[in-house]
Amino acid sequence: MKGAERIDALADLSPGSVCQIVSLELSGLLRRRILDLGIVPGTLIRCIRRGPSGDPTAYLVRETLIALRSEDAAQISVRTLLNGEECI
Amino acid sequence: MNLSAKQKRSLWQDHFGITIAAGQYGVALAGNPNVGKSTIFNALTGLHQHTGNWPGKTVDNAQGGFQYQQKSFLMVDLPGTYSLLAHTVEEQIARDFLCFASPDVTVVVLDATCLERNLNLALQVFEITPNVIVCLNLMDEAQKKRLKIDVQSLERELGVPVVATAARQGEGLIELQEKILQVASGALPTNPRQILYSPEVEKAVEHLLPMVGSIANNTLSPRWLALRLLDGDRSFLDSLSSFLGVNSCWEGARCAQ
Repeated sequence: MKGAERIDALADLSPGSVCQIVSLELSGLLRRRILDLGIVPGTLIRCIRRGPSGDPTAYLVRETLIALRSEDAAQISVRTLLNGEECI
Repeated sequence: MNLSAKQKRSLWQDHFGITIAAGQYGVALAGNPNVGKSTIFNALTGLHQHTGNWPGKTVDNAQGGFQYQQKSFLMVDLPGTYSLLAHTVEEQIARDFLCFASPDVTVVVLDATCLERNLNLALQVFEITPNVIVCLNLMDEAQKKRLKIDVQSLERELGVPVVATAARQGEGLIELQEKILQVASGALPTNPRQILYSPEVEKAVEHLLPMVGSIANNTLSPRWLALRLLDGDRSFLDSLSSFLGVNSCWEGARCAQ
């Protein structure tokens, strides 16, 4: 991952950008749920588009489109990739 | 899995509303949503189906029978889930059936085009029961995507039989039935791969195992039970009470943490 740079919240990603999951600050059932959907540290995730009012946002994870509320996505830390376009 | 045939029949009837005939093998069909589980179910059981709801739940339940090599099988189509760690009613139903009904064989249907996502469920099922067959469905789709899957290596890695199917085309279904028969009758032993957790978790599990053994009562994997206790999984503890009549034992086990 030579293009790695700073750590952000997943919610701050703009549509089209790709990043790598660093950690989940969530707890309990929601954490378990997110892990079950394949969002684990190291996973590449692409922000696809935002809902009409800016929430929720659709992300592409392991070839599946998943919508997350921004309050939940704000608790997922990611590393934005400079060369992300080629990763997914 | 030491339930007598008669106990098992009444358990299936009372808790799951499923009537299984004497001498009939029980086969559970599990898988993520949209992997073609129902296509496989329909292809194998044809018109010999009963549909309804799971007792007390607004979740569809389909069971169907089929014959293979003069043996009779009852197949139960479980709700499609990504996990068995019970956040939703569907997951709870699938988990309870696998844990407490002890089906003779569990077929885990995976989407061959998206194995990475699907194997999560397979690994969870492996923790509950050893009698598992992995069915790689949608092989035709995988071929279209130019994916090549090394079935033999996958079989070796997982430790259970892996059958490649394209249920819409009817491909691989005979082999699937053959494997179901072999695993159900015990002719084909399985040794599903178990996940090793961090040393702390493994140590805690080891500590709990002697205590949960009596609760598990040979019908339930003690390791799975110990892991759920460590999880503090309330919904599983509730199911434990209703199926096995265990009420206070787990409090003790919990303190042991």
